[in-house]
Amino acid sequence: MTTAIKPRKMPPAPLEYLRRWPIQAWLIGVTIFLYGPLLTLMVFSFNDSRSTTIWKGFTLKYYQKALTNESLITAFGNSLTIALCSTILSVIVGAMAAIVLWRFRFGGKTLFDGALAVPIVVPEICMGVGMLVFFAKVLPWPQGLPWPLNLGAIIIAHVSFSFPFVAVVVRARLASFNRELEEAAKDLGASDFRALMDVVIPHIKPSLIAGALLAFTLSLDDFVITFFTAGPDTVTFPVKVYSMVRFSVTPEVNAASTILIVVTVLLTFLALKFQGSDALTAGHGTEKK
Amino acid sequence: MEQSWRQAKGLFLTLLSAPLFWLVVFFIAPLSIVWLYSFGQNDGLVDIAFTGTWSNYAHAFSPLYLNIFVKSFWIAGLTTFLCLVIGFPVALAITFASDKLKPWLLLLVMLPFMTNLLIRTYALIAVLRTKGLINMGLEMVHNSVNGMTGGALGVFEPLALLNNNFAVVFGLVFVNLPFMILPLYSALDRLDKSLLEASLDLGAGHIRTLFNVVIPMAGAGIASGILITFIPALGSYLTPDLLGGPDSQMIANVIESQFKRANNWPFGAALSFLLVYLTFIAIAVQGVLEARARKRVA
Repeated sequence: MTTAIKPRKMPPAPLEYLRRWPIQAWLIGVTIFLYGPLLTLMVFSFNDSRSTTIWKGFTLKYYQKALTNESLITAFGNSLTIALCSTILSVIVGAMAAIVLWRFRFGGKTLFDGALAVPIVVPEICMGVGMLVFFAKVLPWPQGLPWPLNLGAIIIAHVSFSFPFVAVVVRARLASFNRELEEAAKDLGASDFRALMDVVIPHIKPSLIAGALLAFTLSLDDFVITFFTAGPDTVTFPVKVYSMVRFSVTPEVNAASTILIVVTVLLTFLALKFQGSDALTAGHGTEKK
Repeated sequence: MEQSWRQAKGLFLTLLSAPLFWLVVFFIAPLSIVWLYSFGQNDGLVDIAFTGTWSNYAHAFSPLYLNIFVKSFWIAGLTTFLCLVIGFPVALAITFASDKLKPWLLLLVMLPFMTNLLIRTYALIAVLRTKGLINMGLEMVHNSVNGMTGGALGVFEPLALLNNNFAVVFGLVFVNLPFMILPLYSALDRLDKSLLEASLDLGAGHIRTLFNVVIPMAGAGIASGILITFIPALGSYLTPDLLGGPDSQMIANVIESQFKRANNWPFGAALSFLLVYLTFIAIAVQGVLEARARKRVA
């Protein structure tokens, strides 16, 4: 009878940092630090008490309260509408910028390229005051327009900070495109425009989806720039939550926040599904050397 | 090979039109107006006259505001340092994780980063309040020690964790940590791992390998992580606003009050542009460091 050889536990190899206890403890600590506050927020949205720290029993009443709070629902609807419109515009404008920079040589290219990076690095507050001044003095957005036209100013502001991000994502994808394919299409009689639409666009489709989800999240997340652009009748979800938080900390805000967190997590998973998990490791996790 | 724009003028102009228009009209124009305002002064209640004055900038360098700048620098610097110290082991662990585990660990870091900033800040309030979770936990420990020793510790005094500078730094680290971990990971992952093994084989310890091999080689990536964390931290508005106390105002809070409450737009504009200049200086410094690092490698 042969005895199965018991696999002996190997000591960690020199570079297997993940198997060393100090690193493990550190990782657990950081995870608690990053997730603890968010999880408590979510747990206490189900708490049957005004308190957000002492557990009194399970209830859904704050969800009911949040979902029947008309101004909160309006704000949520505004946020989603703004995010949707600004995402569509950002993807179109961002993809155009990426393609023009990838495909052409032209005077002032470096300048255009550099200017496109400025919205990404400029502090939010500066962009916010820029938008405030712009919509107060140069392009006063008419008051009392029917919904969703009254959201126009915020949508414009959101596109301004989202489309450069889309351009970055799309350009990364274009780098892997074989230009000969486009030339082949043209040799076979396609016009410049046809070749672009039928050959280049299908290739960059995953990046368009990824860019769209990024733009959507950025728009949904933004508080500072919206805060400076929004009027009294164009309140978005973060701006509404801000005013509620200033007033008091209530389980209702917890419930509304939990809904938004769930939406964000779902969107993130959706984005990963479209890109594959390689997107997370940015391609260098799985490469074989 | 890129094509010259002259070979397909129609396509080129179509593609360039929208992004260029949007960038110029809805980004460069608003910022240029703010820039012009920074050289203007209030003329009556609503109008602003462009007088080409430097007085707004001079005002910004008066001790009161200079203090706020220095303080913002301190807070942002401390935040960046803490993020680096906390984030480095995490990035290291992700780098050497198995291929199967790696995406999950990265997701773990990225998920909070995708969550709404306001919600994350709000979540911290419930944790840090006088009757928040940390103080409740401390009180429980305190009371049980008291119970065992017959009240040796006296009455529990809750720690003041909210509405002070501690809360601001805590909040900024909480919010910005993923900004640091992701570029660090991307820099560490590109390292030639055999060099690390060589260093360990030749008898250097882990700490020594870290300081003599890893950090010099990943220097540029570490610098970009520092930059990516420092810039948003310096210009942060929400965290000091919600978590800070009366004395933890940062530059962004002053800018906001100049525009929304004090109605001194020219001064607010000057402060905004000082922040923009600082950002550009930080980027330029990082660019120079990176170029130098590349030269050393080449």
